[in-house]
Amino acid sequence: MRVLIATAVASVLGSTVAFAGAAVAPGEVKFDNGTVAASLTGVAGDAAEGRVVFANRKLGNCLACHTNTQIPEESFHGQVGPTLDGAAGRWNEAELRGIVSNSKMTFEGTIMPAFYVQSGYFRPIEKFDGVSILTAQQVEDVVAYLMTLK
Amino acid sequence: MGMNLFKTTAAIAGLALMGTGMATAGEESALTINGDLTIPTSASAPAHLENIDMVTSGWIYRTKETQALQMDDFDNPSFVFVDVALDLWDKVDGSEGKACSSCHENGPEEFAGLTASMPRINAEGQLETTTELVNECRTERMGAEPWKYSKGKMAAMTSLIGLQSRGSVVNVAIDGAAAPYWEKGKELYYTRVGQLDMSCSNCHEDNYDVMIRADHLSQGQINGFPTYRLKNAKMNTTHARFKGCMKNIRAKPFGQGSDEFKALELYVASRGNGLTVETPSVRN
Ligand code: HEC
Ligand code: HEC
Ligand code: HEC
Repeated sequence: MRVLIATAVASVLGSTVAFAGAAVAPGEVKFDNGTVAASLTGVAGDAAEGRVVFANRKLGNCLACHTNTQIPEESFHGQVGPTLDGAAGRWNEAELRGIVSNSKMTFEGTIMPAFYVQSGYFRPIEKFDGVSILTAQQVEDVVAYLMTLK
Repeated sequence: MGMNLFKTTAAIAGLALMGTGMATAGEESALTINGDLTIPTSASAPAHLENIDMVTSGWIYRTKETQALQMDDFDNPSFVFVDVALDLWDKVDGSEGKACSSCHENGPEEFAGLTASMPRINAEGQLETTTELVNECRTERMGAEPWKYSKGKMAAMTSLIGLQSRGSVVNVAIDGAAAPYWEKGKELYYTRVGQLDMSCSNCHEDNYDVMIRADHLSQGQINGFPTYRLKNAKMNTTHARFKGCMKNIRAKPFGQGSDEFKALELYVASRGNGLTVETPSVRN
């Protein structure tokens, strides 16, 4: 028991520190013509984790609006936005990081939610007030995953 | 009571049938109920709509199976709730010892056409919904407790009342004293809200007839309300639907019966001016 608790505490502390130390806060993200060149965390994105975030209805829920033939196990893909097949061939990493963080900086007035902002939206349900949809690392993971869509 | 209604509509429906034949479900087809009441599911958009040419019923975007449930009152689960309302109609309640039927002696048929023009401005110049009319009778005339705005009894009673307008053309007034309420509703419709930062128009005007994950987006019309949803197996009121859509975009919903939702109801109803009342409809 003791060992388990000790490691649990250590890993919670570890991740908190890494996050607080390295992540760029949502309000601090630097956009240049819609693009974001620098990693939000300094930790390389995990494409496999990004794929999970992409499909998860409570996280990215990107499939609500985009089709993606690389995720055939999910039967319903929305068509509100363009297909993301081949996205990495159309956009570079900095552009994708910008689109995922705040697509309104690339596509004015778009219906696509900004996944890494924590203000500027109105009447949120309380638990979503002042928090971004995705964490900085989840954005990095999704970007890493999008980069695999050749 | 229900039978009377079918007989009166049957005569009109005979004519309509010739035009459409045995309609099969699908976007171009008309909705035919009980084989004799034909309901057009699209119409020219009312003049105030700037970005849409045709207004369409939510029925056309549903699967064939769901559509079929609305094509026969024996299959339509709403009628279980209509029957509940018929029982409530005759039930004495409150300090005055009266039932709805004590005063409305001609039955719910008295309310033919009412739902097609609701919500509307009352004698005091205030916007008023069908739900409020019912509760006014309960509190002022029966000495009874009001029914909860969107709960079972009220949803059932407003379904029964709405059924009396099935086949009538939606025509809510938006001018005169209604204008400020309408403007407020329009503003709410186009304002982005919630963590997902979307407006009603983003989905129901810019993207209707498009799949959003497993859902085929409609224009978000309310000509079929209250509507039976397979999802929760009960009648759903307009305000409950508005609430659900706001929660989906992680927005704090307005209260059911609130001034905001009443204004939104007027505005959304007016987007369907020209469509035909389908109450009680079936959706997924
Ligand atoms: C509510 C719908 C919606 C959701 C949810 C959504 N998007 Fe989008 N997305 C769009 C639309 C619409 C566009 C097209 C841009 C515009 O508005 O003109 C777009 C554009 C994009 C593009 C550029 C497409 C191209 O190749 O030209 C990328 C990349 C993208 N989205 C990624 C994502 C990712 C990743 C997610 C999930 C984290 C996501 N989107 C969630 C609607 C959505
Ligand atoms: C004590 C008599 C009385 C009882 C009981 C009563 N009502 Fe009424 N109701 C009225 C009167 C009077 C009006 C106003 C009629 C008018 O303005 O023309 C009215 C109006 C209405 C209207 C609006 C009709 C319209 O066309 O404007 C509805 C709907 C309604 N009642 C439903 C009900 C229901 C449902 C019940 C039972 C829960 C009920 N009423 C019980 C007397 C009664
Ligand atoms: C993210 C997209 C989205 C937004 C934003 C949205 N809705 Fe919906 N709405 C849906 C979906 C999905 C359905 C179920 C399928 C359909 O009928 O479109 C629905 C259904 C409805 C229906 C039922 C239509 C019928 O025929 O049964 C109404 C009414 C409605 N919405 C009104 C609204 C209103 C009012 C707002 C703004 C407060 C709103 N919606 C915002 C997605 C949305």
